[in-house]
Amino acid sequence: MSFDRIREKLSILADAAKYDVSCASSGGKRKNSNKGLGNNTGVGICHSYTEDGRCVSLLKILLTNHCIFDCAYCVTRKSNDIKRAAFKVQEVVDLTINFYRRNYIEGLFLSSGIFKNADYTMERLIQVAKKLRLEENYNGYIHLKSIPGASDELMRQAGLYADRLSVNIEIPTKSGLKLLAPDKKHEDFMKPMKKVKHEIIKYQSEKKVLKSTPTYAPAGQSTQMIIGATGESDRDIMYSANFFYKKYQMKRVYYSGYIPVLEDHRLPAIGTAVPIVREHRLYQTDWLMRFYGFSVQEIVNDTYPNLELDIDPKLGWALRHLELFPIDINKADKKMIARVPGIGMQSVYKIIQARKYRRLDWDHLRAMGIALNRAQYFITCYSKQFYSQDLTPLQLKTKIMSNSSSKYHNQFTNQLSLFN
Amino acid sequence: MEYSDHHILNYDGTFDGFLTAIFIAYEEKLEHLTIQHSCTTTPQIFSNNQTIITHTSQANRVWKGLLNVTTPQQRAAIFKAFLSEIKGIEDLLFTFIKKLFAKEISPKDFSENTALRVAQIVKMVGREKHRMEAFVRFKLTKDHIYVATIEPDFNVLPLITSHFKDRYADQQWLIYDMKRAYGIFYDKNTTEIIALEDQEILLSNNALFASEELAFQKLWKTYYDGVNISSRKNNKLHLQHLPKRYWKYLTEKNPTL
Repeated sequence: MSFDRIREKLSILADAAKYDVSCASSGGKRKNSNKGLGNNTGVGICHSYTEDGRCVSLLKILLTNHCIFDCAYCVTRKSNDIKRAAFKVQEVVDLTINFYRRNYIEGLFLSSGIFKNADYTMERLIQVAKKLRLEENYNGYIHLKSIPGASDELMRQAGLYADRLSVNIEIPTKSGLKLLAPDKKHEDFMKPMKKVKHEIIKYQSEKKVLKSTPTYAPAGQSTQMIIGATGESDRDIMYSANFFYKKYQMKRVYYSGYIPVLEDHRLPAIGTAVPIVREHRLYQTDWLMRFYGFSVQEIVNDTYPNLELDIDPKLGWALRHLELFPIDINKADKKMIARVPGIGMQSVYKIIQARKYRRLDWDHLRAMGIALNRAQYFITCYSKQFYSQDLTPLQLKTKIMSNSSSKYHNQFTNQLSLFN
Repeated sequence: MEYSDHHILNYDGTFDGFLTAIFIAYEEKLEHLTIQHSCTTTPQIFSNNQTIITHTSQANRVWKGLLNVTTPQQRAAIFKAFLSEIKGIEDLLFTFIKKLFAKEISPKDFSENTALRVAQIVKMVGREKHRMEAFVRFKLTKDHIYVATIEPDFNVLPLITSHFKDRYADQQWLIYDMKRAYGIFYDKNTTEIIALEDQEILLSNNALFASEELAFQKLWKTYYDGVNISSRKNNKLHLQHLPKRYWKYLTEKNPTL
């Protein structure tokens, strides 16, 4: 192949794909049982990191950035005057294999602009995955984009070769979608999602009966929402996310702070800062929902539609529920320990295990790596010393913030640096 | 003399050698002792210096003893912590092993001091292992061997071998630790440990590599540069994930490409 031409295409089509934040390479188990290439143990690996600190795990590219749609938020929109390119199916296969063999990547994440129509595009994506699996004997990770509006039959095939399938909902509210992506229908997004969900359930139950049933999309489905493009609240976003987790059994929902790439009166102007802190707080909320036993309504609701940017959402929740604290670390049940600010799930596990052998004091907790600068106000342990002053939530928040240094600190401090 | 009952056991740096030292310590009922790699020996006048000759049979007896009193995770922890090569690791592990034999440590007790320290070191080694699984960059040679050079903080090559063997089952590869001067070679069937007389050849000799090799390195660099989003630049986070000491062998960080 002509390396110069490939290089040019790669540069265009990687640039266009980079706003898709999903880089997960975990969850899909595919054993190298046939002396082929690649062995997926289900544990993801980040092979490198970009200068913005994001993980590079997959070869994340578009098959083409030609697109018949004109979505306002998208850099490859029809009306945008940019360089266009398209890979041939075999070119993507060769790139993937050669990158994989050199241990650059965990696999391929192939998305595409929509050319001709949804099915035509989806077919090409499937061809790449099929060639990798059947001709190259490749067991590495494959993430394919489900093209909105693609037929059920194609979605069934896609899952037989891909580990993960995703449709990016992008805009969390229906009204926002109408405004920014007038050509796309909400139902078109839901259709492939629903089909994939049903196939996953079907294949899993068949596999229980017949072991030789092929695996279908073992790493499940994911989706992505753009944050800060349409004036949506954190509640809107997290309620949508909750809906996708519950209704479609999504493995992941990603939140992507909107990066202004185009001048459009419906969108934030170019040069507007990327809402990185807000994005981070949304991910923390997502974790609280998935791993810490919180329901979405406990964190965001009609009274609190938006997350506090200056403290993490668990601390925010605890400050609203001071009546539940302090709890005794040597007696409290697991669920409640998981709700203490500054204690992560790994620490919860360590506490539960270690307290079987002795009563834990502050030194034990510190040695386990618990963030006592936050946790100390919410717990008691095997020590006569504990925090007993009665403070209002606001006083306590101020106290905690003055004793800790957030990496986002300089974005909130109003003080002149002269006095610091 | 004050230190007359303090013994120093010098071993050859191998895991079997270390276990042999433990065997000797138990057999001779040595109470106060330091186990150290013979190349790090500093002469100490007031101690009894002893050179340990590695005996696989003695090492095996210690290991068999451990089988009865440890979980597989604890045994893996001993091996991994040993590979850290951290100064004093032998003494820490000896204390750990003594406590295991005396049944003073339970498998999931995270608040016991020795166990905690061992767990922390195991975590560091585990992190380095994972990093090497990520940061190995193969280059294809003219005779179809994918070659990578590394300089890990800890001696993790034994820990990553099976990962690469499973993953690249259909290609020949060599991963070479430049710091410790040995490598693992896989010939599509089995792996073996090799040491090169002139290891610099892996770095200096461009004629060694296949004609299209450089083109793929450039493609990878193009891709790496292309996925960066400059409006999100965060150098602190970047360096936290990708510390500079690893850049030397990372294709995407090669300024000449």
